[in-house]
Amino acid sequence: MDRLPRWADVALVPLVSLTLAAILSALVIIAIGQDPWEAITVMVQGSVMNAYGWGYTLYYATSFIFTGLAVTVAFHAGLFNIGGEGQAQLGGLGVALACLFIPWPHWTLALIGAACGAALFGAAWAAIPAYLQAKRGSHIVITTIMFNYIAASLMIFMLVDVLRPPGKMDPATDNFPAGTHLPSFNEIPGLNLIFTSGVPANVTFFIALIMAVVVWALLWRTRLGYQIRAFGKSEPAARYAGINPVRIIMIAMLISGGLAGLMAINNVMGEAERLLGNSASGAGFIGIAVALMGRNHPVGVVLAALLFGFLFQGGAELGLWTKIPIELRTVVQGLVILFTGALDMMVRMLLVRVFAFFRSNRMEAA
Amino acid sequence: MDYATLLQILDSTLRLATPLLLACIAGLYSERSGVFDIGLEGKMLVAAMCAGAVAFYTGSAWIGALAGIAGSLLFAAIHGVTSITFRGNQLIAGVALNFLASGMTVLVAQSFFGQGGRTPPLEGAARFNPIHLPFAEAVKDVPIIGTFYHEVISGHSILVYAAFGIVALTWWVLYRTRYGLRLRAVGENPAAVDTAGVSVKGLRFSAVMITGILCGLAGAYMATALQAGFGKEMTAGRGYIALAALIFAKWRPVAAMYACLLFGFFQALALRPDVVEAVVQFKVPVPFLDALPYVLTVLVLAGFVGKAIPPRAGGEPYVKER
Amino acid sequence: MADAAFAIELKGISKAFGPVQANKDINIAVPKGTIHGIIGENGAGKSTLMSILYGFYKADSGQIFVNGQLTPIPDSQSAIRAGIGMVFQHFKLVQNFTVLENVILGAEEGQMLNTSLAKARSELERLARDYELDVDPDALIEDLSVGHQQRVEILKALYRQAEILILDEPTGVLTPDEADHLFRILKGLKDQGKTVILITHKLREIMEATDNVSVMRRGTMVATVKTAETSPEQLAELMVGRKVLLEVDKGVAKPGEVVLKVEDLRVRDEHKVERLKGVSFEIRAGEILGIAGVAGNGQTEVLETLGGMIRATGKVTMKGQPLPLQGKGADGQSRREAGIAHVPEDRHHHGLILDFTAWENVAFGYFNDPQYQKNALFMDNDAIRADTEKKMATFDVRPPIPTLAAKSFSGGNQQKIVVAREIEQNPALLLIGQPTRGVDIGAIEFIHKQIIALRDAGAAILLVSVELDEIMSLSDRIAVMFDGKIMGFRDPETTNERELGLMMAGVTGKGEAA
Repeated sequence: MDRLPRWADVALVPLVSLTLAAILSALVIIAIGQDPWEAITVMVQGSVMNAYGWGYTLYYATSFIFTGLAVTVAFHAGLFNIGGEGQAQLGGLGVALACLFIPWPHWTLALIGAACGAALFGAAWAAIPAYLQAKRGSHIVITTIMFNYIAASLMIFMLVDVLRPPGKMDPATDNFPAGTHLPSFNEIPGLNLIFTSGVPANVTFFIALIMAVVVWALLWRTRLGYQIRAFGKSEPAARYAGINPVRIIMIAMLISGGLAGLMAINNVMGEAERLLGNSASGAGFIGIAVALMGRNHPVGVVLAALLFGFLFQGGAELGLWTKIPIELRTVVQGLVILFTGALDMMVRMLLVRVFAFFRSNRMEAA
Repeated sequence: MDYATLLQILDSTLRLATPLLLACIAGLYSERSGVFDIGLEGKMLVAAMCAGAVAFYTGSAWIGALAGIAGSLLFAAIHGVTSITFRGNQLIAGVALNFLASGMTVLVAQSFFGQGGRTPPLEGAARFNPIHLPFAEAVKDVPIIGTFYHEVISGHSILVYAAFGIVALTWWVLYRTRYGLRLRAVGENPAAVDTAGVSVKGLRFSAVMITGILCGLAGAYMATALQAGFGKEMTAGRGYIALAALIFAKWRPVAAMYACLLFGFFQALALRPDVVEAVVQFKVPVPFLDALPYVLTVLVLAGFVGKAIPPRAGGEPYVKER
Repeated sequence: MADAAFAIELKGISKAFGPVQANKDINIAVPKGTIHGIIGENGAGKSTLMSILYGFYKADSGQIFVNGQLTPIPDSQSAIRAGIGMVFQHFKLVQNFTVLENVILGAEEGQMLNTSLAKARSELERLARDYELDVDPDALIEDLSVGHQQRVEILKALYRQAEILILDEPTGVLTPDEADHLFRILKGLKDQGKTVILITHKLREIMEATDNVSVMRRGTMVATVKTAETSPEQLAELMVGRKVLLEVDKGVAKPGEVVLKVEDLRVRDEHKVERLKGVSFEIRAGEILGIAGVAGNGQTEVLETLGGMIRATGKVTMKGQPLPLQGKGADGQSRREAGIAHVPEDRHHHGLILDFTAWENVAFGYFNDPQYQKNALFMDNDAIRADTEKKMATFDVRPPIPTLAAKSFSGGNQQKIVVAREIEQNPALLLIGQPTRGVDIGAIEFIHKQIIALRDAGAAILLVSVELDEIMSLSDRIAVMFDGKIMGFRDPETTNERELGLMMAGVTGKGEAA
């Protein structure tokens, strides 16, 4: 099979996959008797045509960068971490405990403390499936899925029976103290000229971008990253080179879980300012789509996260202004994973044909 | 715990094990052929929605079941095209289909019925109702065996009995027929099948479609027998638990039956807080009981399986090599 | 028109894989009832040609005649129907099936297995009688020796009533004794009027077993001659296109102190089967110890134990320092620190990460090397790339592009990358397995020279190869392994292939060792 030019491989393949997913999504909207043009108009209007919309789009994108990076790191180690959802929920627990029980003098310190809590709890939740994979060979895909269900139950227990303030009915923690409030975009000098009304996007966005750089440096500039990638490509070769599989599986999954957990500083600490049930609301799963679409590269992850931020915010607007159920988001998410992750080869074969066609035309012309 | 309670739990064990068993045997065909299928969950969900909706419109559980099979087959076909024709990553394809199913079922049910993603409740012939086996009434007072027959064995829907029949059928197909020989071979060494002049793609597609049919039955059972209608995310991870059971059973049909009965028993226990508390001697919070089947699944995968060796060519798309 | 006296006639066969032209306008005619050899270097296109004949690949152009009839062969089913059977180099057997099940697979009678199995059983008995092809029909393939597995492949073809049998490199995994047995079987088949096509790169086999021989070079058919009218030298020259030195030019070894001392080395595999049953030897500085043996008799385990890939028991010392065989310190990194370099037998699965670039592969195993670090945190990728360019120049790797993925290089150049990486470490001990497997003759000569240069520089070298010629020409001492044990040591100057072959089959004349 002929090869594609590099630019086509990097940019065109994901774009074509995305277009295919979009076309199918439009067909789905038509199938349920709604107007796809109206849908896209509402989505664009509500998410990227004004600062307020951007304030939400970027807020969602922040979470997705974290979960997308989480999936990416595990993926490079050859591990499919579907447990981002549960790890993000546990991360929320870490944030809540750090914010509720430690009196922070300033939000910067609270941010560091909560971030540690989030990463620690997320990593801990990934540690058990990682250990079982490394030592017992238990299939990590199944165990991480099981741990999502277990996390959901655990969080209900924590919120209903442990952390719920006396006298309150809803399963949630108390509001965090004011000292833990993270500046939103409308409170950051400079940015507040653009974001004039209250938006959920907050300083965590910048931490997400920093983490993207850190993950890039980790994977392609450090010995650990080199070992993670080598192990992910070939386990027998890694054994030959003296790379310890147990160590790599554990470290990669701890980093992955930590990144998924870190997401909680965005939604739990930055937005809700208390821990609610189902706090991750699917962002852990979206991380899979984001990583695949972003081709497991931090730059791609950030771009894909922005796209899914748009999709999420736009989808919420759909729920408000049209009769299209909000679950359309899940459908699109599935389609994106299908086309960018599993039907990669189909898109590639398609493009190779197209390129060959143009090449032969050019030769005939010449 | 007295005998009557035990019988009740065993009775729910059978009911709860059935969808696991159907899905598990479904997965067995696909995985034995060398195609890993993490999308059992999604196929069940789609089937449950189709079955619930069509059974409601037609008033017939049977037509509902056919619709469920059709929906599941469609998803199986996508899985087949993705992972066999285009040699895509089988795990990712399965995960994608699960999300697609999770979104589509609610989307469709909502736009048809407007009940928050549920299908309307089913009654009468729109459900698979319990069948009373012969002599069940007559022997119900015979101690131990008679009551067991009456309470546990008798009184299930036809799909429960069908599921156990399918186990026997699968064993026979796998080990006694030409198709079974080729199926086992293609999951172990597709090149052997290819050089023997048998189509690898054809075999794998057929296996994936059988998986679709059985997942369809599993989903139909969920919506029209176990429950009275489809509800959002009603499969609740059963597809994954079935997969765990398949690994536990080392991809063998009869062992798969025992594994599913075990997991069904775990689920039945989770429904009986009183019994669990009587056994462990303290009050167990409800969320822990909800998590019990999942925790036990992890424990089984971690502890008892040892090295489960999957079909050797599993997960790898077949590319000709010398 | 084609001649019906030919079992097979190929006309103008061409086949390209992307930019690589594997077969160019091939013409060949194989007379009925003969053994026809096809010889050529690795990558000359022999296997591709035969795969086309068996319907495994489709030719881009050309015609196939079977018994004088134009016969399109789009798939293996058509080949089987045309009476063609093939024994692939890598057997196409289902490991956890019985012999019977493998034989009937794809050729079953009806839907039920019972009838097919019964028929196959009696048929196998007949074939076993007629052709010395006896194997236990109820044995699992994974329990059979490679020689027996090969017989199952031949049985598969005969069960399908093959009149034309193609064997691709059939002796690579056999002892000389087993190879002789195979050739007896082939002669028997020929006597029954069947036609045999034998693909090999070993001149000796061609001379011994064939009636006619066709020579391939770089995708083209250069000559077809009667075996009786040619010589090994002429064939070798035809294969390579120039005169070749079949002997390695090497001076006398000057062994120094003992570098590696191995005592009572034992290894159990995951099924608790003992694969090494107490192996002891030592290697001195400036000496090459070659281990001969049929693949699977423990050589791999010796290399992998010393390379830190698998756990073992026993006692191993390197320059007097004990090497851990269990737990901490028994890994590839510790071995490299101890001055052991390792060219693994399988470069695709172990030696290289095919998706990595050449420069990333040059750091493979040596990612902790101080010269590759920028500071405590980061690696110095520029330094690795520069080092790669240097190594590529020294070892004449083509194309010399460090950013190219390893999988884009030819087998010979891939192997040069691995050998360059390991030899340039200037190790005290080099473990080297199958140094020239799947490598063209030019690269073979080069790699052999490098190994000898390293020896002359004072390194101890442990060489494992299934190519007896390679062992004989490179080693200063030869150890023969059979069934997890060393059968004895021999001096390459005084021993011969026959003696080594008997030892490889577990026979010792002098009752020593074991």
